[in-house]
Amino acid sequence: MSDIIKNGRVHADEWTVLRLAEGDEAATIALPAGRVIVPLAVWQARREELLPKAEAGVLGVWLAGNENPAALTADLSALPLVAVDFPKFADGRGYSIATLLRTRLGYGGELRAIGNVLRDQFFFLLRCGFSVLQPQEGKYTPAQLDAALASLNDFSEPYQAAVDRPEPLFRRQSRRPLQGEAA
Amino acid sequence: MYQYDEYDQRIVDERVAQFADQTRRYLAGELTEDEFRPLRLQNGLYIQRHAPMLRIAVPYGNLNSKQLRTLGHIARTYDRGYGHITTRQNVQFNWPRLEDVPEILDQLAKVQMHAIQTSGNCIRNVTSDPFAGVAADEIVDPRPWCEILRQWSTFHPEFAFLPRKFKIAVNGAKEDRAVIRVHDIGLDIVHNAAGELGFRVLVGGGLGRTPIIGEEVAAFVPWQQILNYCEAILRVYNLHGRRDNAYKARIKILVKALGVPEFARQVEEEFAHLKDGPSTLTQAEIDRVAGRFNDPVLSALAQDAGYRARLAEDKAFAAWARRNVRNHRVQGYASVVLSLKPYGVAPGDLTADQFDAVAELADRYAFGEVRSTHEQNIVLASVREADLFALWQEARAIGLATPNIGLLTDIISCPGGDFCALANAKSIPIANAIQDRFDNLDYLFDIGELEINISGCMNACGHHHVGHIGILGVDKNGEEFYQVTIGGDQGNQTTLGKVIGPSFAAAEMPDVISSLINNFIDNRQDDERFIDTVRRIGVESFKTRVYAERTARLEAKEIAHV
Repeated sequence: MSDIIKNGRVHADEWTVLRLAEGDEAATIALPAGRVIVPLAVWQARREELLPKAEAGVLGVWLAGNENPAALTADLSALPLVAVDFPKFADGRGYSIATLLRTRLGYGGELRAIGNVLRDQFFFLLRCGFSVLQPQEGKYTPAQLDAALASLNDFSEPYQAAVDRPEPLFRRQSRRPLQGEAA
Repeated sequence: MYQYDEYDQRIVDERVAQFADQTRRYLAGELTEDEFRPLRLQNGLYIQRHAPMLRIAVPYGNLNSKQLRTLGHIARTYDRGYGHITTRQNVQFNWPRLEDVPEILDQLAKVQMHAIQTSGNCIRNVTSDPFAGVAADEIVDPRPWCEILRQWSTFHPEFAFLPRKFKIAVNGAKEDRAVIRVHDIGLDIVHNAAGELGFRVLVGGGLGRTPIIGEEVAAFVPWQQILNYCEAILRVYNLHGRRDNAYKARIKILVKALGVPEFARQVEEEFAHLKDGPSTLTQAEIDRVAGRFNDPVLSALAQDAGYRARLAEDKAFAAWARRNVRNHRVQGYASVVLSLKPYGVAPGDLTADQFDAVAELADRYAFGEVRSTHEQNIVLASVREADLFALWQEARAIGLATPNIGLLTDIISCPGGDFCALANAKSIPIANAIQDRFDNLDYLFDIGELEINISGCMNACGHHHVGHIGILGVDKNGEEFYQVTIGGDQGNQTTLGKVIGPSFAAAEMPDVISSLINNFIDNRQDDERFIDTVRRIGVESFKTRVYAERTARLEAKEIAHV
């Protein structure tokens, strides 16, 4: 079982991420027992079957970088968890997808970053609205993951607006003109 | 120039700590090479041919004397005694040790400098007119807008891992000196029919392997909305730009693939959601940022009689003033360009002692401030006419008064194969060989305005596509050759040059340039510039001349060997 970061702390995870292997059919693949995060294709193929599980809080959906989060518009109130996959940590589409889920589509549940999630991106991920960060299993030792929590707070007052702080610095703080400072 | 407040300083200080820890983890083996690469690139740190190369941000080219002295200190202490001004107005060092970089960043932070986003697939350093704030043809000073964009783009969490690098340039004058048409976003500050201030937005320009001139996506975006509009552009690009092929990942490829109307439609759709949102700018914020520029308050002075007398009696001084001194918007002042193109030096290089000496000149004659330019020179923005003669003498003593600004020897050149791991060919020796051929000042003045741009590879850091004469290093079976374009131009009439034909060996290049110049001299009308003659008569006549003279040279050589 992998560890996740939530509310600034390390937790043991209760969810399984289902990924389709070659030859797997979204319509027929067997779901693992327990809480599961399924690919969008599985959700779309079996929405009626899966909706009660989602409403019971034991099923979530994950989006790939090339998938439009608007595909979930009608289901977001039912889903306890939406994840966004980072196939490579340097593939930044997930940041825009998360931003759209939070600001445009009004998603308020758990938003989880999965895949190639590294500590050096933690700060950016949080700013874009992710509430749970899930590094790849085995990527960090428990000690490294504890140390990685420091990266959640790399910067104290970022300049621009983002999901976590929806107003830019110039609206959040009163910044002084030059005349107000001692020479 | 802009003075940091406590928030600006804190962000830079926190960056120093963050990058020091990342470097430590990399050296300890906790971060892999692949994981560290984007992190170090977003901090301007390349692994180069000889050593890491560190590119330090110079936002829109503005530097003060304290910063220049720090750069001199870095050149002396951590490098081999010199630094290099880049075509994006930044400063780079070619020989620092990776282990020293955290310490260098710490010293930079103490003088309000950093290396944030000078490389990597993120929004790069914003560039602008080196004469901003003092140019006689200025409509609006672009610097506060550049600074607002700098802050907005610094560690923008949504746009830190774009498909490719992303460059924004801002122009606020009638004449575009920021080359906005070859940027991912080019912003032209304009007034609409109602007299309101806003931005004309060009998107999708860029050089490199697929050179494209940016196209207008919005004729007028009100100033209040400019961050919202840029965010819309970046979001469309981040979500839809290609990521499968680095050569096709720039926004220009997306704009071409969608077509401008469709791209603009997608941006407008995104913008509709962002318009009037929290990032909408306020007059108070503009005033605050503009108010943090500690520009000297200048009032008009009487024209200096001594200056005019010197011009009349000292031919060398007059030659320098003609090429290197520009009109200023305030009477009695002038802007001065210090040439970093003396003969035999890599274009754009400054020694540690020269950094210090320029700082000294800036303090004495230019209110402690300088600008770096796209053409790899240095500008002293505001100098009293009465001080020009003394300044010239001192600049001459430190080798920075070559009177060649805008002339054939004021060559833009990338570092090329001598330094850059990407280069296919050398650039600096070609620049030096051409400078050597054209060392007669009277002849240079007679040739008039001419831009030669040299790139050592397709990435086009030397912007060869927009040089009146462009030179591109190419590799043929492991040997270095040079392809020549003519007719390129930057500015309001930005044009991409045309290739004249097969490439040349390095040793031929001065002769090739001579043939081009001779053809120009033979065909020019009145005081026509080289580029105007090319435009009037076309490329063909130049091509014919160059290859005919080349054949004659080769035959003469053969006869000599018989």
